[in-house]
Amino acid sequence: MATLHTRSAARLMIAPSVLLLLAWMIVPLALTIYFSLLRYNLLMPGMEEFAGLTNYTYFLTDPAFFQAVFNTLAIVLGVLFITVVGGIGLALLLDQPMFGQGIVRILVIAPFLIMPTVAALVWKNMFMNPVNGLFAWLAKLVGLQPFDFLANAPLFSIILIVAWQWLPFATLILLTALQSLDEEQKEAAQMDGAGAWSRFIYLVLPHLSRAITVVILIQTIFLLSVFAEILVTTNGGPGTQSTNLTFLVYAQALLQFDVGGASAGGIIAVILANIVAFFLMRMIGKTLEA
Amino acid sequence: MGSITLKNVSKVFGAHAVIPSIDLDINDGEFVVFVGPSGCGKSTLLRLIAGLEDVSDGAIVIDGKNATELPPAKRGLSMVFQSYALYPHMSVRANIAFPLKMAGEDKAVIDKKVADAARVLNLTDYLDRKPRQLSGGQRQRVAIGRAIVRQPEAFLFDEPLSNLDAALRVNMRLEISQLHQQLKTTMIYVTHDQVEAMTMADKIVVLNRGRIEQVGSPLDLYHRPDNLFVAGFIGSPKMNFISGSQAAGHQAHTIGIRPEHLVLSKDHGTWQGTVGVAEHLGSDTFLHVNADAIGTLTARVSGDFAVTHGDRVFLTPDPQRLHKFDEKGLAIR
Repeated sequence: MATLHTRSAARLMIAPSVLLLLAWMIVPLALTIYFSLLRYNLLMPGMEEFAGLTNYTYFLTDPAFFQAVFNTLAIVLGVLFITVVGGIGLALLLDQPMFGQGIVRILVIAPFLIMPTVAALVWKNMFMNPVNGLFAWLAKLVGLQPFDFLANAPLFSIILIVAWQWLPFATLILLTALQSLDEEQKEAAQMDGAGAWSRFIYLVLPHLSRAITVVILIQTIFLLSVFAEILVTTNGGPGTQSTNLTFLVYAQALLQFDVGGASAGGIIAVILANIVAFFLMRMIGKTLEA
Repeated sequence: MGSITLKNVSKVFGAHAVIPSIDLDINDGEFVVFVGPSGCGKSTLLRLIAGLEDVSDGAIVIDGKNATELPPAKRGLSMVFQSYALYPHMSVRANIAFPLKMAGEDKAVIDKKVADAARVLNLTDYLDRKPRQLSGGQRQRVAIGRAIVRQPEAFLFDEPLSNLDAALRVNMRLEISQLHQQLKTTMIYVTHDQVEAMTMADKIVVLNRGRIEQVGSPLDLYHRPDNLFVAGFIGSPKMNFISGSQAAGHQAHTIGIRPEHLVLSKDHGTWQGTVGVAEHLGSDTFLHVNADAIGTLTARVSGDFAVTHGDRVFLTPDPQRLHKFDEKGLAIR
């Protein structure tokens, strides 16, 4: 791979796929930008006209917009917190030798394999339903008023559902990281007089830092665009209490048939995601370099 | 201070008795080496003393106190591991300071002790580096530094030099011996390398299949091995064993003669043979001689003795240095 010849040959070989991928990205982006500058409503076909930045001002001044930005961040941060903390706890537990280890590990991974719509429906109808749900039954068992999760705490409910889905992923990554911790290091720490808690703080947690970084990075990418769970449970409501940016764009395009406004929203979402990515990389890029 | 006594200590994994039963006394300030082939239980024995494994039966007494049930940290021992087991994300300073920090020492006391240990081990310039930025020998020294700051009753070394290259190993061997002279603390050192055992130990414990074969000073073991195993294990190149009629002539089942105690000549001697391979080390030459009617003998001669493959030579054992063993492999004296 070192000679000039092989290098230019390599470049030539990968050129088609690079061009294809570039077009794949550029065309939708360019079209979205183009649509975002048009007055383009599906109910008025053939009436498209150039509208300048009106779509952007309209989208940015929509009172639902700030609520959506806040909800998006709340979902990302809330789910990250639950999955990272819970994932470390579960990984520590699963790392202990126990009876039926293989089966328990598969069971723990199971939620990740269930598709989001199904998972959300299961939660909505079997757990959180105020009449027939498991939680309602438990509440009644101890004599409490059943709590209508999706009506009274919609955002929290969605965070809970999404966290349940992503917990296995975090657990799996953290468990493999945990298993790669050198046994002799643990024994050395034991000899050095470190108790279980000190070993966790000074040995296990630093060892896991890279895996935690990976979990945060990957999950953030997916959590910024949570959609199915919202659609099948709360539909963004009540009001806009559980609407995130993705859902707001969807509502704009397919409930109000405003393709121009939705495109503007999409572009804004891309910009916001990039801002988040920028800070994320700055914050944790250091860990990955080490 | 750092005396350790093992009473009837045994260790069983499942149905397999790794260590059937061992009694051993280690005196304060002694440098004791556990040596034996791989799988002989020497590392397990060390881990039992450290408390990293529970004994199946028997008692471990450290410094007059029964330590059998004590957790590792409470035994007052420190250990240097084969892989060094440094904490990768901590600086050298933090690594060495870790046991003191865990013991809840004062910041000022920690700084002073770490500086002292670093000076002893020539690590002062590397205190702010991470372990991965150090060479093998330096990592080894950090591991030793982490062990000495606690001022333990005894040090435990688990094959600490096996990851180093040959030249560095000789160096570190010397450094550990010097450290022992300096600190005068009990040290228990596990190795499979009899050269390390011979050069460093005050007392060698030869282990085989979980049993102690012999305990003694290096020269004791070299001159008066109790049995065939010790005779074959201590000394390099290995002792030659001869059985059959030649041994019967000395009223023994097997006779043993060390390569360095065979006198070679080109014209006369007890046994005759053909030189198979001659290994020239410069100072010495190791000759692998196919002796007629006896088998292969190894002889160590001066580097001046000029022979090559295929030469006929005569070998004569030094009768004073002949070791005799009965049919059970025990020495006849």
